[in-house]
Order: sequence, then C-alpha cells, then structure tokens
Amino acid sequence: MSANTVNYSPTPGSRKEDAILVADNVRRAFGGLVAVDVEHVEIPRNKITALIGPNGAGKTTFFNLLTGFDTPDTGHTVFNGSPINEMPAHKVARIGMIRTFQLTKALSRMTVIENMRLGAAHQKGESFWRGFFAPLWRQQESEITTKAEELLARFNLAHMRDELAGGLSGGQRKLLEMARALMAEPEMVMLDEPMAGVNPALKQSLLEHIKALRTEGRTVLFVEHDMDMVREISDWVIVMAEGRIIAEGTPDDIGANQAVVDAYLGAHHDVDLGGAQ
Amino acid sequence: MSWDLILSNSLYTAVSANAIAYMLVALGLNVHFGYTGLLNFGQAGFAAVGAYSLSIPISRYDWPWPFALLFLVFASIVLALLLGIPTLRLRADYLAIVTIAIAEIIRLFLNSVRFTWLTGGNDGLQGFTRFMENANPFPANGITVWAQKIDGYRLWLMLTGWVLLTVVAVAVYLLMRSPWGRVLKSIREDEDAARSLGKNVFAYKMQSLILGGFIGSLGGMWLVLDKQSSQPQDFSTTFTFFAYTIIILGGIARAKGPIIGTMIFLFLIQFVDITLQQATKTTPSDPNPILPTWLVDQNNFSQVRFIVAGLALAILVVVRPQGIFGDKREQAFDVR
Repeated sequence: MSANTVNYSPTPGSRKEDAILVADNVRRAFGGLVAVDVEHVEIPRNKITALIGPNGAGKTTFFNLLTGFDTPDTGHTVFNGSPINEMPAHKVARIGMIRTFQLTKALSRMTVIENMRLGAAHQKGESFWRGFFAPLWRQQESEITTKAEELLARFNLAHMRDELAGGLSGGQRKLLEMARALMAEPEMVMLDEPMAGVNPALKQSLLEHIKALRTEGRTVLFVEHDMDMVREISDWVIVMAEGRIIAEGTPDDIGANQAVVDAYLGAHHDVDLGGAQ
Repeated sequence: MSWDLILSNSLYTAVSANAIAYMLVALGLNVHFGYTGLLNFGQAGFAAVGAYSLSIPISRYDWPWPFALLFLVFASIVLALLLGIPTLRLRADYLAIVTIAIAEIIRLFLNSVRFTWLTGGNDGLQGFTRFMENANPFPANGITVWAQKIDGYRLWLMLTGWVLLTVVAVAVYLLMRSPWGRVLKSIREDEDAARSLGKNVFAYKMQSLILGGFIGSLGGMWLVLDKQSSQPQDFSTTFTFFAYTIIILGGIARAKGPIIGTMIFLFLIQFVDITLQQATKTTPSDPNPILPTWLVDQNNFSQVRFIVAGLALAILVVVRPQGIFGDKREQAFDVR
C-alpha cells in the first residue's frame, strides 16, 4: 500500500511531517523507579504505530500518561494542537483520543448494545435534567442505536446484541471494546495489547479491523508483544526499554536494529559467559 | 390467637407512613449502591439531616414549613458535597469509611448534651408536625380497615406519602432508563472504562450522591412526621443496614426493589413479632400461653423477631441471591 509507506528518519525521537501527537520530556517516577523518561516522540497521523518493548519497559505507563489516566511529573504533550498534559482522562477522550485496556473492560452487567450506546459522545440525555424527559433525547438515542448496530455487524457481534457483556468470550470482549471506542468517532485509537488472549482465528479478523481504522482516516497507536502482528500491520514501530525510547523505524528497520535486540535479549546475549577455554 | 388482627396489622405495617420512610431511604441508597456502585454506609446520616432540617427550624425557630423544606434540600446537598468531595476520587472503600463515620458524627452531635438547646438531645424535638396536622382532611379518629384502626393523621400521611413516593420512584425509574442512568451503571461496572469513553466520572458520582442523599432525607422527614418526634436513636447505623437488607431483598438496581423489599421486610418482622406476642400472652382466665414458657415468654419474644427475620433473609439469599426482582443473569457476572 503506497499510501502507507513512510520515510521518516529511523532514529529515536525523529520528526514526522504530520504528527498528531507530540510528547516532550515526559517523565514519571514511582519513588526511586523512573518508569517513563521520554525526551521526544511524535506519532504520525493516519498511520498504525506500534509501541513495543520488553516487560517493564514502561509502555503501559506511557499509555496512561498520554491518555490522562496518570499525570507525568514533568513534560509537555500536544494532541492535535491541544496541550493535554494536565488534562483529565475524560477530556482527553472527548477531544478524540480513545483508549482500550490491557485487561478488557467490558461492562459485564450491561447488554452489548448498552455498552455500545455508552460509547457515543455528546449525548443530550447524559445531562441530569434532560435525562428525565425522554422526548429530548429519544431521536438522538435511535441514531446512536443505528450506528451501534452497524458497528456490531461489522465486528461480528450483531447476534450478541441483547446479551450481557459478561457473557462474551475473551476475544469477543476485545472486539466489543474496540467497537465501543469507535462509537465516539475518535481521531486516534490507543490499543493496549489488543491481541492478548485472542485465538489465532480471531486474531486475523482483529488485524483486519485495525487496518480498517487506518483506511477510515484514524490514527492507531498500539502496545503489543506479538511480533508477527507488529510486522504485519504497523507502518512505524517505536521501541521502549527501561522507560526510554531506544529505537524507531519501520518494522524491517527494527528487526535489524542492534539496540532492540540487546534490549530484548540483553546486551551480552551472544557473549559466551562460560569464558573462552 | 386473632389471625385477623395479626394479618391486618402486619399488612398495615408494610404500607404505613413508617414503611414509606423506609422505602424512600432505601430508594436513595439504591441510587447510590444499586445503580452507581457507591458504597454509602451513612444513609442514616442523610435521613437524620432530613429529619432535623425539618424539626429544628420549625420547633426552634418557628419557620414556615416551605422554608424548612427548602432548607432540607440545601442541607442534604451540603452533606453530599461534604462526603463526596474528599472521597469520590478515591477507591470505593474510602467512601464507605467516611460515610459511616460522618453518619455517626451526626447522630452523636444530635444526641449531645451541649447542643440540647438546638437539637433537643436525647429527648429529641416535637411539635414540628402541626402543618401536616392542620392540613389533614380526615376525621381525627380515622378509619378501621379489617381489624386495623388507622387514625386520621396517619391516614393523611399515608396518602401524601404514597403520592410523594410514587413521584420519586417514577423520577428515578425515568432517570435510570435515560443515558444519564446508563453512565451511572457504567461507573458501577468499571469507572475507568467510563472515563476512557469521555464521561466525567466524578461529576456523575456526585450527582448520584446528591440525588440519593436527597431522597434519603425525604425518608428521614417522613419517619419523624410519622413519629411526631425526631430522636437521634432512630438514625443509628442499624437504619442504614436495614436499608441495605431491603434493597438486597427487593433486588438491587430495580426500581420496584426498595418498595417491595420494604413491604416484605416490615411485614415479616411485624408478623413474627405480633404472632409471638399473641402466642405468649397470658390472661387471668387463661394463664397458659400457647407457646411453652421454657421456649419463649412475654419478656423475650421481641428479640425473636430479628432472629426469625435474619433467618428468613439468609434463606432468601441462598435460594434467590438476586432478590425478588433481580435478574439471575446479572448475578452470574457480579465480578466485584
């Protein structure tokens, strides 16, 4: 796909000509442990960017910092022109950056369709006083329902419409969470390990759904451990280790990058520690 | 044994003005706990605020009752803000700790000797119900239904109370079916998910706390209107736990739950109580009670009602954990 070829410089913190998200000097320490210390990073618009790194690299913490679920000690983050570093999570979501969670958060004791309806933004009936008067929001509610049903059909969940979300399988919950995030028409979708615990058959369909987000003009940033998936769908890969960004590049660049191999396997993985005879 | 008396009295207890007070308090708690997942253990505090923001202004300062009602609205909102602002950003357990503490502080303050000039202390306050008595259109001696005599004032409180309760219950029902109610339920299920979808979780929790607290205050008001006296001991934590029992009985997060739950709860307690009273009664003509005195006698039967009520509850929770109106499917996914 020529539209998705990228030619940014494959160096940590490289500039992108049209970045949707720019973070500077984002630092978060828990006591003495510096979980995240990112000098500069830019996420390209309308591309699929993967955030990878060994366990404990600070990927999820970085995700939380970007989406307002955690506040950085220092740093400046700009999303689509608005500074978001001090913004609470719900406001970040409202300006178009919606995330999913590593441990899927389906709302168990609500039906699938209610889960979907909840995702829609700017609902008139969500105000206390207007809530009393159904005529004020019924029209919008039926529009939301139509949209929700379309998305459920697209994510192969239409048959589960009136089931409680707690009754879905793990994979279906991942689908539901992604579909629910799309109800708000986010410009940027942040997926925290979308493939964790998903069977191989469903994995393929999830991959297609993620690619479809790019086709629709959305930006995707995802955390993932599954390197096959990263190679298959991402346009750009950012590698974190020990809280820092140690490499950036296309999936092919990353495979050949010595710093990445060292981060994953240890810098001395090819030195024979048994000592030379 | 007069079964007419036992049944008519137990049924009356289940729908009386006193029952309406329990229904309102439980309805408010259902908004907190049932729909929003807020662990409020201080609902008795809201009820106390409702009771005393009626009785203090009227008894002590001769306010006209509409101003006392406005003060009730104001006071219940202030209490909700006081409870909510420090705790609603924290985990659910903190709200539980703070609410139970504040409710006890309120009760001890109302009971304290130092503030007797204001609150009436242990004796409480009387004489604030004149506005309801004056508005009573029924004859003072009231009516007799079956074997139960209901005086005119209680009948008037029942009529107005059921109107009030219906209005409140319908309002809560409509709200919970609206997108506003959907956000509350999503907070109960997982507040981070609600946050990630752009919902201002803190604001919604606060609105829920205010709404449920206000309804609880109305309940407290009805309780003291029925008793014609507001006394601190009516607002101990037991009251809160009765309200929890009621909503669990009726079915959590069901509009009818608090109403039916109260009816069952109060009927059961009263039925056991009055049956035992009859069964242990001795008269000069018949010195032998129906039940043997080595098992239970006139002096200790009143404790037995709670034993029996507790047993019945335990059986219900085992046989039907979702409550009378609860949805069995939902019970299966209760992950908390």
